[in-house]
Amino acid sequence: MVVALPETEPQVASILKVCHAMQVPVVPRGAGTGLSGGALPSGHGVLLGMAKFNRILAIDARARLARVQPGVRNAAISEAAAPLGLYYAPDPSSQIACTIGGNLAENSGGVHCLKYGLTVHNVLRLRGYTVEGEPVQFGSEALDSPGFDLLALAIGSEGMLAVTVEASVRLVPKPHTARVIMASFDDVETAGNAVADVIAAGIIPAGLEMMDKPATHAVEEFVHAGYDLDAAAILLCESDGTSEEVEEEIGRMKAVLSASGATQLRVSGNESERVRFWAGRKAAFPAVGRISPDYYCMDGTIPRKRLGEILRFIAEMELKYGLRCPNVFHAGDGNLHPLILFDANDPGQLQRTESFAAEVLEKCVAVGGTITGEHGVGIEKINQMCVQFGSAELEAFMQVKRAFDPSMLLNPGKNVPTLHRCAEYGRMHVRGGQLPFADLPRF
Amino acid sequence: MSRRPQAVEPSSVAHLREAVRSAASGRTPLRLRGSGSKDFYGGMPLGEQLDTRAHSGVIGYDPTELVLTARCGTRLAEIEALLAERGQMLAFEPPHFGPDATLGGCVASGLSGPRRASNGLYFGAVRDHMLGCRILDGNGQILSFGGEVMKNVAGYDVSRLMAGAMGTLGVILEVSLKVLPRPAAEATLRFSATEQEALDRLNEWGGKPLPVSASAWRDGVLHVRLEGAAAAVESALRALGGELVNEMAARAFWIGVREQTDAFFAGDRMLWRASLPSVAQRLELPGEQFIEWGGALRWLRSDAEPERVRAAVRRAGGHATAFRSADRARPFEPLEPVQEVLHRRLKAVFDPLGILNPGRLHPDW
Repeated sequence: MVVALPETEPQVASILKVCHAMQVPVVPRGAGTGLSGGALPSGHGVLLGMAKFNRILAIDARARLARVQPGVRNAAISEAAAPLGLYYAPDPSSQIACTIGGNLAENSGGVHCLKYGLTVHNVLRLRGYTVEGEPVQFGSEALDSPGFDLLALAIGSEGMLAVTVEASVRLVPKPHTARVIMASFDDVETAGNAVADVIAAGIIPAGLEMMDKPATHAVEEFVHAGYDLDAAAILLCESDGTSEEVEEEIGRMKAVLSASGATQLRVSGNESERVRFWAGRKAAFPAVGRISPDYYCMDGTIPRKRLGEILRFIAEMELKYGLRCPNVFHAGDGNLHPLILFDANDPGQLQRTESFAAEVLEKCVAVGGTITGEHGVGIEKINQMCVQFGSAELEAFMQVKRAFDPSMLLNPGKNVPTLHRCAEYGRMHVRGGQLPFADLPRF
Repeated sequence: MSRRPQAVEPSSVAHLREAVRSAASGRTPLRLRGSGSKDFYGGMPLGEQLDTRAHSGVIGYDPTELVLTARCGTRLAEIEALLAERGQMLAFEPPHFGPDATLGGCVASGLSGPRRASNGLYFGAVRDHMLGCRILDGNGQILSFGGEVMKNVAGYDVSRLMAGAMGTLGVILEVSLKVLPRPAAEATLRFSATEQEALDRLNEWGGKPLPVSASAWRDGVLHVRLEGAAAAVESALRALGGELVNEMAARAFWIGVREQTDAFFAGDRMLWRASLPSVAQRLELPGEQFIEWGGALRWLRSDAEPERVRAAVRRAGGHATAFRSADRARPFEPLEPVQEVLHRRLKAVFDPLGILNPGRLHPDW
């Protein structure tokens, strides 16, 4: 394996050209904070570290956009735009460390994406290089571009279609103020139903998060966020906007949450309290890291109304595998992050954890959801792709990949499993004989 | 959606599938069509007509999930009425361009209305609200992408790719869209402003936390629509000044903009659509202009040479489309060579025989 750390665009182009000529795989990598092994190096290829592409090239206040290199940290964009009253909306919990290049590769979300969108909704343009080292641009600084929407296709493509060297991202006006309600529930399903009631009331909160009791306990010890430790679940519901607007919306949300069975409501009294309430949620992963030698984070998304069913299923799996599993949940958009606690030094626990996770993800698919909401497939969930998609779709994905990268050199082996791999996983789905040349002997 | 068992597949699917398969075996080009409300748009429709309207109906709508799934032939008006009953809407405010416009055509054309460049929650085009779709590819194979959940990064985002592809990548069978609650309050303001003043104000307001959800400038008059919580609309009304337009007139005005029934769009003179950065200077081209989307969309009635219009818009950082034109040969901005290669290869993935809507998006395929 060779690690290349280019500093200039011609270097990126040359590396790609040389690798293409020699038919050597190239794996682009940002800060390495990803949770699905999407940037895992290839043993027989070049690791293209983009860390030196770390400059914010321009902040254009009038056009409300930032031109940034891929190695810029997510939070650094908002910090740079703050004096102008603007910020970059997607805020994955790892935002102090993760880079925008990785966010583009995974179409990252965050705790505010119900209202402000995912990465794909907040990026106007990508500029980069094809696997052959040719310059290419997707999107533009206008709101649309001629032809197919290759920008949408490139975002979330896990670095498999092209290498990004620059992005134009939208900056949005910072709301005047924000307040968050912390609502306690004595039952997790009641909390889930309360989320549906808030939406049914016509409210789209700026953030809408749930944590169960094991998660709040882990967090409280770590950051002292002031969470209600007696509650079976807490919801964090944020409102932002003008102070009158926030006042009005907080009032409406409190009424809905009370009617939905909240046992206690607390509203952040000032900005530092609001930040503290969120700090607990954003620190959930490290907090869980303190109470268990190892943990494994899942990322399934489900239609919200199936929450109770999924949580009951997870409880059954805790018994079946003898492992604990606290839950944090982007409740507004149905994205679950159950965290399985285990000890890798105990023989068999890792394997049990992986089986536990696989069953949960497959259950997410069964209830009409997906195996990954925002962390990506990478290498980690590649087997579950065989559960979510039929062979015809997997074949189409493979061909999309080939349209950009005919020799399959960019970040090979991620995101889309070969049909061979699905067969070995025992999940080769052939619907109605739809496999092309279904009668040919294979594998 | 991909794994959701389709308990009973309606016969309309079998019909569409048979039509595509038979066209594939005979290499016959197919012209996909709903009500024909967007026949005027893009390259001249060619081939044997495949009417998608029989494949209609809303399959799923759960207001608390903010997701609606419907078949391609469903009338947009029907979908919007259903959403309105529950206080929700398609936030991208799609133009219908005809009473019977269908969901399939809405997604295939990828066109969005005045709210597309809204500040905040309602921002976004059709593609931004696409959650999943089921398509028939050019081999008559059914493929499902995305799903019915808000966040989904499994596999490539092929469903958004269908928005604006003009039906050249597949017959869109079903679509799942994110829907949003209708704003609690709405108000429209009117200002006198030169073109430059309007562009300056719109770009300034775009950077402020104001609930601006639509804008339109023409002939010295700027209209701005505010939508959001009552308190937010009220405080914006105080902050912006201007003249309040009465509710009925405002509704009619924005429908006129969306549907291009406003007087600006009347007549047969060539209509250009210029999509460019909102901060682009005024276009120095002969003819009349109508500005939307905070400056990012400019309609031009002009008899100027097409290449002159395209070059001016390109210089401004955007692209021009001959939106309503007698000449249908090359309505869209030509692609860069690298893009051209990627487009051809993607087209070959989904429609290797080139039978779906040839010429509608690209003159060669």
